[in-house]
Amino acid sequence: MNGSPALALQVGAIGWRSVRRTLRQPATIIPAIAFPIIMLFVTSAGLRASESLPGFPSVSYFDFALVITFMQGAIFATAGAGTDLAADIESGFLDRLALTPMSGAGLVIGQLGGAVVFGVLQATFYLAAGLIGGATIAAGVGGVLVIYAMVIVMAIGFGAIGIAAALRTGSGEAVQGLFPIMFTLLFLSTVNLPLDLIPVDWFRWIATVNPISFLIDAIRSLIITGWEPSVLLVGFAVALGIMVLGVALAAVALRGRLLRT
Amino acid sequence: MPAIEVHALTRAFKKGPRAVDGIDLTVDEGEIYGFLGPNGAGKSTTVLMLTTLLPPTSGTALVAGFDVVKDGARVRGAIGAALQEAALDRFLTGWEHVRLQGALHGMSRSDIERRGGELLDRVGMREAASRKVGGYSGGMKRRLDLALALLHRPRVLFLDEPTTGLDPQSRAALWNEVARLSRDEGVTVFLTTQYLEEADALAGRVGIIDHGTIVAEGTPTALKAEIGRASVEIEPHEAARLADLERTLAQFGTAIAAPATGAAIRLDAGVADVAPIVRALDAEGIRIHQLRLREPTLDDVFLEKTGRTLQGSGDSAAEGDEA
Amino acid sequence: MTRRRGWTSAVAGIASRQTRVLLKSPALLVPSLLFPMLFFAALAGGLAELARVPGFDYPAGYTSFQFVFVLFQASMFGGVFTGFAAARDFESGFARRLLLAVPHRSAILVGYVVSAMVRAAIIMAFVTVVALLAGLDLIGSPLDVGLLFALALLSNILGSLWALGIALRFRTMNVAPLMQVPFFVLLFLAPVYVPLDLLSGWIREIADVNPVTFLLEAGRALLVGEAGPVGTAWLVILIGGIILGIWSLTALRSAERG
Repeated sequence: MNGSPALALQVGAIGWRSVRRTLRQPATIIPAIAFPIIMLFVTSAGLRASESLPGFPSVSYFDFALVITFMQGAIFATAGAGTDLAADIESGFLDRLALTPMSGAGLVIGQLGGAVVFGVLQATFYLAAGLIGGATIAAGVGGVLVIYAMVIVMAIGFGAIGIAAALRTGSGEAVQGLFPIMFTLLFLSTVNLPLDLIPVDWFRWIATVNPISFLIDAIRSLIITGWEPSVLLVGFAVALGIMVLGVALAAVALRGRLLRT
Repeated sequence: MPAIEVHALTRAFKKGPRAVDGIDLTVDEGEIYGFLGPNGAGKSTTVLMLTTLLPPTSGTALVAGFDVVKDGARVRGAIGAALQEAALDRFLTGWEHVRLQGALHGMSRSDIERRGGELLDRVGMREAASRKVGGYSGGMKRRLDLALALLHRPRVLFLDEPTTGLDPQSRAALWNEVARLSRDEGVTVFLTTQYLEEADALAGRVGIIDHGTIVAEGTPTALKAEIGRASVEIEPHEAARLADLERTLAQFGTAIAAPATGAAIRLDAGVADVAPIVRALDAEGIRIHQLRLREPTLDDVFLEKTGRTLQGSGDSAAEGDEA
Repeated sequence: MTRRRGWTSAVAGIASRQTRVLLKSPALLVPSLLFPMLFFAALAGGLAELARVPGFDYPAGYTSFQFVFVLFQASMFGGVFTGFAAARDFESGFARRLLLAVPHRSAILVGYVVSAMVRAAIIMAFVTVVALLAGLDLIGSPLDVGLLFALALLSNILGSLWALGIALRFRTMNVAPLMQVPFFVLLFLAPVYVPLDLLSGWIREIADVNPVTFLLEAGRALLVGEAGPVGTAWLVILIGGIILGIWSLTALRSAERG
């Protein structure tokens, strides 16, 4: 009789499968990488006039906008991790995994591992596109590493939310339904203009309390300002908060889905 | 020690009737047990409970000597299952499935390669295993499914409708392999099916389930013998003589359902009555266009016990000889 | 459906079925209404400060400026979503029944297009009401404003024909991104955030020749009763309609062949 493998081995096996599976779906990967980059160039060109607004930071709008790609990448993490797991539930593959000694934690962590790997891959493309487009990272190489760290935490957090949705509903369509919600949150933030250049009261209020704004401001500060410890700390705190929330939701949903004794 | 021991096993869902309503059964080691019933009878729910994927509402079940509720992990270590949809990942190759499954079972790499190769050879999937599952036919998926279920050398194998949707060749190949597993390796097989042929051909014993309860259990031969008698169906050459035919046949047994062009009876004395019937019809000058002799089938058993015929038995043609 | 249906009744039948499906299904209707609102909020609300960019002198203000974009975007995307509906109909097998039952197959295409226009009209009405509450300023004459809405409504046809062409060629929902993304990108390579003359660089060069630019600039001009490329905008609708009409008709042939 074979024993139950260590958690690390389980995570490795599940994570490896998750990565492999993702990389074999070019129809999903290419839009996930290309679309944010296309929109970055298009939007920043369209909004270049903002640079002449009094009070706008003294950088190019392109540098200002680069952060959008990382945020869109995080949203794709939600949809991607969730959709894959929903497909496993619908096809019965989850049952197959449930019949092995695999633990629920191994499953979730493994899936998240896949989301993290893909998130890092996306971020690399976005940074490359940014540098090709002429952006400079004010915080230098250290800043790039911190951006990667944020990306990883966001991938885990947003991926966990997608996984929670998949486990709860068992439906790929329901997970896709998260997309518009996340996009809404992205729009109603400081994604396009700094907070003090938003004159419309209700919009500014939403952007002020929107957690996404803190994530955006943190990454953006590394690109356009340099090292702003307070902004970074708040951003990381929010990212970690989302991560904890996401993982908690996933754990609860897992208990409801994996009924095995 | 029996391989599977079930007592008063019940599964109730929040809404609606009980899917499984207090079933008892025992399966000996090395036996092939067929669980036969129409869609919605409770077969799959039973399998889910016995494979620990669904907790029972009440009752007990021991699989490979372990309690499915208290010792779920040990049960899972001792069983293999090929469940209703060949649940595979279309982006992975056959070999990748083998390695994933083996890794999750804690098998060593060399063991996975050796055992995996052996099983893939056995089910005829060695070459196809390096291709992605998305390109497999239904039969290929089922074969891979079986190989995966056997990877960690389980003592009990659960097969949930394993040949649904397969072509006759694939079905026959799967039957051969299942029979061999039981005969040569002593694997206990718990098989659910809608197909009479399958239960008849493979199972040492059959349990017939309907609406969550077992309505009959025994060897196929014994069950059919319970229902007993053969029936004969005759079509006359001249349609006008149908009434005369019916009258003559009435002497030999009780009338049963027949096509509009003929008459059928259940024979009082069994097959031995066929010759006298032919002679009697000959004496009346009734020429026979077609004569069909039917031995009872498991469908007849089901009909007898539940008042309905088994759905999904469309593959099995009426058995017997035609004159 | 019997084979004796005339062309018009086939169109009416298909159009009314699509409309009924939309109105009965909150999961489809609500996003169609909510998305334009979201865009409007993000653009008019979040980017209102752009009115202070030197050179921005739109008489009706930034909210009205963005209203035109949202109107056209909602209308054209209403058309694209109709392509989704057609693709879904093919996946479910319903479209196959239509092809068998309807003698003049072009009626199928026109039926979808008409239903798309009905959908667009509903969305446009909704967006307009919300915009009026948010401070939309319709300065132009009733004729001008009427032309604006007519132009926007007809631009819906371009979205429909494009998406239907894809749907009929591929007959699966998997190509939904292919229906959306090119249109989305085309839309954003036009003066979305600021007027054309405040764009610079490579995007200005593209926007100068982008057909959508003429629609937006004409619409914005009509809203304030000023001169603009209105004639060119009608030409865009006409020529675009012809080209995309051929695109979708040839796709219909391919669908008939299976």
